[in-house]
Amino acid sequence: MYHAALNIALITAVVVLLGVYVSWRATRIDRLHVRLETARAGLDVALVRRAAVALELAASRLLDPATSLLLAAAAHEARIADADNREFAESDLSRALRAVVEQPGFRATLAAREDGAALLEELDAAVRKVAYARSFYNNAVTATRAARRKLLPRLLHLAGRASLPEFFEIDDAPPETSADAVRSG
Amino acid sequence: MKIGIVCPYTWDVPGGVQQHVRDLAETLFALGHEVSVIAPADEDTPLPSYVVPAGRAVPVPYNGSVARLAFGFLSAGRVRRWIREGAFDVLHVHEPAAPSLGLLACWAADGPIVGTFHASFERSRALSAAGPILQSALEKITARIAVSEKARRTLVEHLGGDAVLIPNGVTTERYSMAEPLPGWPGDDGALGFLGRMDEQRKGLPVLLAAFEILGRRRPRLRLLLAGPGDTGEVLARVSPDLRDRVVVLGMVSEADKVRALHSVDVFVAPNTGGESFGIVLAEAMSAGAPILASDIEAFRRVLLDGRAGALFPVGDAGALAAAAAELLDDAPRRKQLSAEARTAVRAYDWSTVARDVLRVYETVAGDTTVVETTAI
Repeated sequence: MYHAALNIALITAVVVLLGVYVSWRATRIDRLHVRLETARAGLDVALVRRAAVALELAASRLLDPATSLLLAAAAHEARIADADNREFAESDLSRALRAVVEQPGFRATLAAREDGAALLEELDAAVRKVAYARSFYNNAVTATRAARRKLLPRLLHLAGRASLPEFFEIDDAPPETSADAVRSG
Repeated sequence: MKIGIVCPYTWDVPGGVQQHVRDLAETLFALGHEVSVIAPADEDTPLPSYVVPAGRAVPVPYNGSVARLAFGFLSAGRVRRWIREGAFDVLHVHEPAAPSLGLLACWAADGPIVGTFHASFERSRALSAAGPILQSALEKITARIAVSEKARRTLVEHLGGDAVLIPNGVTTERYSMAEPLPGWPGDDGALGFLGRMDEQRKGLPVLLAAFEILGRRRPRLRLLLAGPGDTGEVLARVSPDLRDRVVVLGMVSEADKVRALHSVDVFVAPNTGGESFGIVLAEAMSAGAPILASDIEAFRRVLLDGRAGALFPVGDAGALAAAAAELLDDAPRRKQLSAEARTAVRAYDWSTVARDVLRVYETVAGDTTVVETTAI
């Protein structure tokens, strides 16, 4: 009698503990997904912002038309690319920005013109923010993938039907002349 | 006339536009005009005396591929100075819609400007994004030339407006004289083929099939093949008993290509389609080779309905063999075809093309020279 009661209590305790554990794991995965979505939104904002600044620079009449055309074309491609081509288009924009900004004398010439310095700073900030946002997003992807790869979440479908998140891989190296030139300029 | 020509692509990298600019400049020069060409080039690149370097081109993604282009303040400054110092009667800008020197020249100059459009594409996102940027520069172009119907259509669809058609030229003189390869063509007949050996459309399989028929009837007939492609693969498609009479040169130098054209009794162009003009045919005609070609529209036009070269039904190996046999046995006819071809190809010679370009110059040139623009 006494034994049976103890057993029931024990089993109940185990079930409750297990429930708490599973619920904790589910909450964690849920939290990771929220973080992931926030990071993704942040990355989108950074990318759109960078393309917008590139377009603004192209349309500013501060540059020669060949440079304007290159920047406008690359930014436009990045903005309209679909999911399959986005990473290529954004990498191309990074390369186009480097080819333009790394030209000898580019910064000095642009900074000397009205509004030039302000635009340069905006561009540097936008380029840097893409690199930051991408790093945060990919970290969130790593954490989410690791959590979901565990046995328990897989068995219990804790992630529901959410698909496994993909890394966002692009070439986002900033123009080499960026930081120091800005400070000295 | 004092003519300034703008080449958008690196001078010492091979390419259609560069070749076009070089041939045009040299032809105009030979006609007694004063010509200066500005092109992207490294400072230490050896250049002809008429070329002014505009600094090096930078590889950059554009319109779906990576191109080497010259842009930026430095290049713009150099183009500006060249225009100021050149005092040209006419400025001739090539590929003005590419983000390179051509566009910069339109931007920096005022006066009679001629623009030649080379590229053709189905669609261009870059151009649709760039409308306003291009517009003000392209509006300055007084006369527009397209080098092909395709280039013209691209221009009409993407930038609006029209252009006159002046095709690429062939420097026929380069092909007219050459020493045949040692031992060719010989006394027993030789057929020749030039072009990509691994591209179906160039029609090599049709010629090989015809040689299977003809090679057996004429036990000493030989076949000379030149062009990119795998030699072993080609020979594997020839019956073993005929193989020693098929000579595959593979990729050849420009000089050897000309020699090959002079080394055969009949030059065969068995293309099955897809040729817009047939530069190989024009080269063979310049060399005075008796030609036997597929009856495709472009070839029929260039060969004047068969007067400047014999035609056979497309893809028909039996007909090819019969027509080739006829030509091999008829030396006077070959001689006549050769002479007709040399005459007919003059319509495509650079001297003819340059004359048309000059007419465009004369139409737009006025009392004033091209000047550096004052408005930005």
